Amino acid sequence: MELPKDIARKKRRNQSIAFWILRLISFSIVGILFSILGFIIVKGIGAISWKFLTSWPEDGMTKGGIFPCIIGTIYLIIGSMIFAFPIGVLSALYINEYSKKGWFKDFIRLMTDNLAGVPSIVFGLFGMSLFVNQLHFGASILAGSLTLGLLVLPIVIRTTEEALKSVPDMFRHGSMALGASKWQTTSKVILPIAYPNVITGLILSIGRVSGETAPILFTVAAYSLPKLPSSLKDQVMALPYHLYVVATSGTHVEESRGMAYGTALVLIVLVLIINLLANWLRKIFSKKVKMN
Amino acid sequence: MPKIETKNINLYYGDFHALKGITMSMEPKTVTALIGPSGCGKSTYLRIFNRMNDLIDNVKLSGFVLVDGQDIYEKGTKVDELRKNVGMVFQKPNPFPKSIFENVAYGMKVNGIKDTKYITQKVEQSLQQAALWDEVKDKLKKSAFELSGGQQQRLCIARALAVEPSILLMDEPASALDPLSTSKIEELIYELKKEYTIVIVTHNMQQAGRVSDKTAFFYLGELIEFDDTKIVFTNPKNTKTQNYITGRFG
Amino acid sequence: MVSNLNKQLKDFKERFIEGILMVSGTVTTVAVLLIIIFLFKEGVSLFGKSPLENNISILVNEKNPLTAITAAQIKDISDQKITNWKQIGGADDSIILVTINELSTYYTDDQLGDNLQFVPDKVNELVGKTPGILGLFSTKNLGDKYTHKYLSIKDITIGSFLFGKQWFPTATPAAQMGILPLILGTLWVSFGAILFALPIGIAAAIYLAEIAGKRMRNTIKPIIELLSGIPSVVFGFFGLVVIVPIIQKLFHLDVGETGLAGSIVLAIMALPTIITVSEDAMRTTPRLMKEASLALGATQWQTIVRVIIPYSFSGISAAAILGIGRAIGETMAVIFVTGSANVIPHTLLQPMHTIPAVIAAELGEVSQGGRHYKALFALGCVLFIMTFIVNLIVQYIFSKRKHNQV
Repeated sequence: MELPKDIARKKRRNQSIAFWILRLISFSIVGILFSILGFIIVKGIGAISWKFLTSWPEDGMTKGGIFPCIIGTIYLIIGSMIFAFPIGVLSALYINEYSKKGWFKDFIRLMTDNLAGVPSIVFGLFGMSLFVNQLHFGASILAGSLTLGLLVLPIVIRTTEEALKSVPDMFRHGSMALGASKWQTTSKVILPIAYPNVITGLILSIGRVSGETAPILFTVAAYSLPKLPSSLKDQVMALPYHLYVVATSGTHVEESRGMAYGTALVLIVLVLIINLLANWLRKIFSKKVKMN
Repeated sequence: MPKIETKNINLYYGDFHALKGITMSMEPKTVTALIGPSGCGKSTYLRIFNRMNDLIDNVKLSGFVLVDGQDIYEKGTKVDELRKNVGMVFQKPNPFPKSIFENVAYGMKVNGIKDTKYITQKVEQSLQQAALWDEVKDKLKKSAFELSGGQQQRLCIARALAVEPSILLMDEPASALDPLSTSKIEELIYELKKEYTIVIVTHNMQQAGRVSDKTAFFYLGELIEFDDTKIVFTNPKNTKTQNYITGRFG
Repeated sequence: MVSNLNKQLKDFKERFIEGILMVSGTVTTVAVLLIIIFLFKEGVSLFGKSPLENNISILVNEKNPLTAITAAQIKDISDQKITNWKQIGGADDSIILVTINELSTYYTDDQLGDNLQFVPDKVNELVGKTPGILGLFSTKNLGDKYTHKYLSIKDITIGSFLFGKQWFPTATPAAQMGILPLILGTLWVSFGAILFALPIGIAAAIYLAEIAGKRMRNTIKPIIELLSGIPSVVFGFFGLVVIVPIIQKLFHLDVGETGLAGSIVLAIMALPTIITVSEDAMRTTPRLMKEASLALGATQWQTIVRVIIPYSFSGISAAAILGIGRAIGETMAVIFVTGSANVIPHTLLQPMHTIPAVIAAELGEVSQGGRHYKALFALGCVLFIMTFIVNLIVQYIFSKRKHNQV
């Protein structure tokens, strides 16, 4: 049977139409990202000044700066990482290097995945119930850091696991063959090879922590504070929460729009720098490993 | 006029010179075997005839490839039409995750044939040509994955035949199969030769000797020797060919 | 001797470290369990409680034939939607609602006493002489002076919580704890988001996996991943100042804060997940299978539609489900733009509320341990269960895919 004559041309025309549509859609997603970034930059750049970054909010948050929010976010980053980073790395070491194949390992993996899937507001509820109320930490840096730490734990574990998996078995076998113990092998051979990617995971978690709002709503964030926090039991102001309150529930929503754009810009720049840094490090380290 | 003709083919993967000045031609309705040690370029050479190498990044090709006297690398060549005319059977059986019937009908459907009566007939005919019909006629709706490896490979041959190509490329079609299935495929090749021009890549010397009319020996990207199979196997002119055929390397 | 001791020390150290690692390894499991315990401890204690404020009793005259009343009816009575006992199956008598606030319209301050010490007597008297009365008083205020009839009220149950059509937890005297509008709001917004995000995301995944050149892919992929790094609160803010006004103008609405705005913002946020997961799925299509299709004269596009998409179907559906899960649990992006209306939605073009947004908006204002507080934890439980199920489905699909590929 002869093929329909025009079919070949039709086939190719369909293909090029389809490909153009797909190309267009993909480019428009990139366009969406740039329009969000562009919009925030254009609207927010006017608010940015040295004073904005280093002074306190004034006049019902319509003027002044966001200094205490920046400090608060930094405290929360440090606090949550002190908790999540070591535990996450140790946990990944256990899963990847120590635990044997079987239901227990599968179960731990499953639970880590499930923890990653828990909505951030549920972390907020949990933090309030356990840390704030049950353990009487009150709304405080301690409670907020622990809550955020739990939230990013799966990220730390996953990225560390990836890093450990990428270390070829020959290093493990080589070290063991020389009579090194399991821990010596892990700490002296595996970790030094894997650590660049572990650091990348740390940076990614910092990016996540600095942007999260829902978990800190009830565990640490304050609308307005007279002074910087002085102990772990104090509340802090934080960038994402500040953006939320300034944009929605302030008494001068319209007048404080400028502050909101400025805060959004600072937040977005912070997160982008962190993400780009992680990407950059990953690239550098992957080159280095190849050269070895 | 030869069915396939190549003139001074050079092919590079990036910096790697994979084919070095290959010139040879294949007559219609013959079986040509391409033999040689792994990495000698025989599979790469095979994939020139249906431009399958186009799918790999960083491939550079020079020289002429003529199929039915037409330069298939000429600008404006319709690659999908070329591939319809040049069927291919792969190393490992690779049926689609569809029913047996749908597998064979696939090529017709993507080429715009909608006449179900014709498709049904053609599926049966192709399966018969591939000597598979009797084994599968009662389970055409079953998944192709339920077939054995040898059956799957014959299904893939039927699938290739269904679009009525004039050339059949076979890339080590029996290397993943058991001896019994292999001999079935070889019988099949013998039958198919009556209608098709077949080029087969194989690692198996006995196989090349059994099924082919002509044999080409490749080594490190070069065509070392190309002649009637009988001559290549009994009286090779080149010592490398002789060493390979007698099993001294490769 | 010494070396033996050293060896024992080393052994001990190894065991000790392994112990620590094992404890750390279980930390996520412990966290999930703790979350479940604390969420459900607070949430479940809501059920079996009266929807009335603490110690409030419902007082009626002996002649009133009713024995029970619902929280919704009390609310309608205080909103004056119900004004006659007849409307709720009683006698034809208009309802006279009396609480401690209204008492002063019946009695002078002197009659009630300086320290309100005569209130119990007066309440008892008033209920006795008013056939249509509906009194709501704290038992604390009554002491043991009250001699007339009580109405009972239905406790909050899981059924009334899940399927109640009104969410009005601060209503006095009887709180309305029905979360159906919130569940539906959450589902509308989330499914709306997937409706937008799925076709766009699959299109981009196809482009990245099969069409784009290596260089183009290496440019676009990181940009899309950057999208997932933007904090949700920024997405919410962007939605509020850009998308909401556009929707308001486009559809000539009174307010632009609608389910649609939420869906669009969530769709943008879900894109990176959907694209990454479906692209990975498409990339697992065996090369041989693609080549077989091309070798039969199929175009690349035909190969994509007929071979690659069917092959990666389960991965793509996992991407969709994962996207829905993310959307269901997202808080900050939604709270800005959906309009916070506790009504059962009928179209995406009306304001609605989602479960996480309700928790975020209301938990700051409730008294700890109260019914509202517990109700918000119960909402948290519902949210947790919804996302947990989504996760399990996704994990099941992935484990099956892995299994099939082996």
